[in-house]
Amino acid sequence: MAQVLPDERELRRVIGDGDTIADGEVEGLGEQELVDLYRSMVVLRTYDERSVVYHRQGRIGTYAIFWNHEAMQAGSVYALDRDDWVFPSYRESAIGLLRGMPVETVLSWWRGHPSGWWNPLDYNVASICVPIGTHVPHAVGLAWGKKLRGEKTVAVAYFGDGATSEGAFHEGANFAGVMKAPAILFCNNNQWAISTPVSAQTAAETLADKAVGYGMPGVRVDGGDVLAVYEATREAVERARAGDGPTFIEALSYRAAPHATADDPSAYIDMERVEEERQNECLGRYARYLWRIGVLTDELEEQIRGEALQAMKDGIAAAEAEPSADPELVFRHAYVNPPPSLSEDLAELKRVLGNE
Amino acid sequence: MSEKTLVEAINECFHVELERDDSVMVMGEDVGRAGGVFRATAGLRDRFGPDRCVDTPLAEAGILGSAIGLCMAGWRPVCEMQYDAFSYPCLDQLITHVGRYRWRTGGAMEFPLTIRMPYGGGVRAPELHDDSPETYYVHTPGVKVAIPSTPADAKGLLAAAIREPDPVVILEPKLHYRTMRGEVPDGEHVTPLGKARVAREGSDVTLVAYGSMVPLSEQAADELAGEASVEVLDLRSLKPLDEDALLASAAKTGRVVIVQEAPRVAGFGAEIAAILAEKAILDLRSPVLRVTGYDVPYPYWQIEDAYMPSVERVTDAVRKLLRF
Repeated sequence: MAQVLPDERELRRVIGDGDTIADGEVEGLGEQELVDLYRSMVVLRTYDERSVVYHRQGRIGTYAIFWNHEAMQAGSVYALDRDDWVFPSYRESAIGLLRGMPVETVLSWWRGHPSGWWNPLDYNVASICVPIGTHVPHAVGLAWGKKLRGEKTVAVAYFGDGATSEGAFHEGANFAGVMKAPAILFCNNNQWAISTPVSAQTAAETLADKAVGYGMPGVRVDGGDVLAVYEATREAVERARAGDGPTFIEALSYRAAPHATADDPSAYIDMERVEEERQNECLGRYARYLWRIGVLTDELEEQIRGEALQAMKDGIAAAEAEPSADPELVFRHAYVNPPPSLSEDLAELKRVLGNE
Repeated sequence: MSEKTLVEAINECFHVELERDDSVMVMGEDVGRAGGVFRATAGLRDRFGPDRCVDTPLAEAGILGSAIGLCMAGWRPVCEMQYDAFSYPCLDQLITHVGRYRWRTGGAMEFPLTIRMPYGGGVRAPELHDDSPETYYVHTPGVKVAIPSTPADAKGLLAAAIREPDPVVILEPKLHYRTMRGEVPDGEHVTPLGKARVAREGSDVTLVAYGSMVPLSEQAADELAGEASVEVLDLRSLKPLDEDALLASAAKTGRVVIVQEAPRVAGFGAEIAAILAEKAILDLRSPVLRVTGYDVPYPYWQIEDAYMPSVERVTDAVRKLLRF
């Protein structure tokens, strides 16, 4: 398997720069697979760009932008089987689209409508984790629990560089190592936790170094290189399925957009550095690669982008067509067997609302 | 029926429930090889294997966080927190995820996990081995809480928690782990959640208590013999709460003293008092009083008896109501 930079302490890359760094290739990926990956990235990019517009139009609420994170999400999910589990943070809010989740479901989540809360079993995609890093033990527990049942399921937890400072990350990673859980700890190191740079987050030389302390391999990969991400994740999946336990993947990227729609990074970030990253963003890099090897054509590109855009238009229309949520839902779903006091509260609310 | 200590009853419950349902597993610090620091899980690792009685790393949030994932993989984990105050790191997972996850899935998934821990003072132990943290748990939506006061209920409520599809926290009065003996039904024994127990019938005043405050309240009732007929209501389960039993007893006696070991402010006793104010005001013949721990850190053990609700403090409160 060809790699431009095979040393895992260095950043693993497959895609060259079209100039002095030669393109590599990933064994087992034919033309169809390469186009599938491109389609996944376009779906995510289109989702993200349209969501920012929808936010400005007041059609969705505050939104956590993932522009330039598409290679990490698409590349890693493509290395999984459908039975494998994905545990997203809010930065991966639309990752379910890669598992067949309807666009309107994710948009509804950002609209605060109950129809945006999906059944994880439908997609093997866990609920979006809003508090930082606290879902790492969930993914590890699921992987460990499946292993105890003799199943070959792998679970991936996605989190950012800031999450590696959290206690939950440490406890989850430690559990993963001790239980030899078939888990992948996927860190999208975009180098910023809102306004805090990764240098203020850790004194470790790399985040992947932390893996040593948990007795698992730590792999560094160029997070803007979808093929390198795919390949590194595939190796981690193989290790997990072979019973060799968890892997920590540090995908290095750069946050080239605000943390969320409510954030103004010009107050703390070097905008020249951001502009540099925007010129080298992951979807463009992959598209140029596909053009160089003769896989992408104008027609194909237009078709894939057109389909993604149409899906978004249909999605927002469907999300906006959702009937208003029933206030009674406030009382539903928290318990299988609710305490009797909740039915009293519901009756009282209905009386006050005049819906008795 | 056979006579057992409270902790023996818990241990027997585990043997019965792990045998009955092979998706039940026990996890925690020192629960396997050592059988738990109080021997609550003794013999489980040998009988059911290290995968169903798991010695975990020393990490309470990791224990509860991974238990969520284990539920998603089809297990019914029972997590031991070694001591009341050691459970605080797990509150992060409890509040942010355990009580919310089913709701997040639109009711599609169940998280049938149990958290159990020894709680309470009076055991001459170092700091942070004495707390009564029930309020933190009962205040968390999506989570149920039960506290046994007898060996039979220790077995029955734990069995109910293990079988319950919702997350349940069980606090076990460690003061009585070995000092209290009682008749315990053999084999499968379930005490339903949300059903209080009249520990002693009376007609003049009700002592509302749970856990280790139940036997204390019974002692106070003995002390008051000849002076007042005292009813002792053992709540057993704080959520769901048996309001019918509470209101029935308040209606019968018209006087209520709530006995709670935890600090007073915003403790569970305040909830009981509020319910009585809302629903029993015309039945009451006197104010509702609370006898509780104080709003201070649990004290040095040489003077802990001054902190703990005592028979004297309870009888004093009852006499105040009788004089009212």
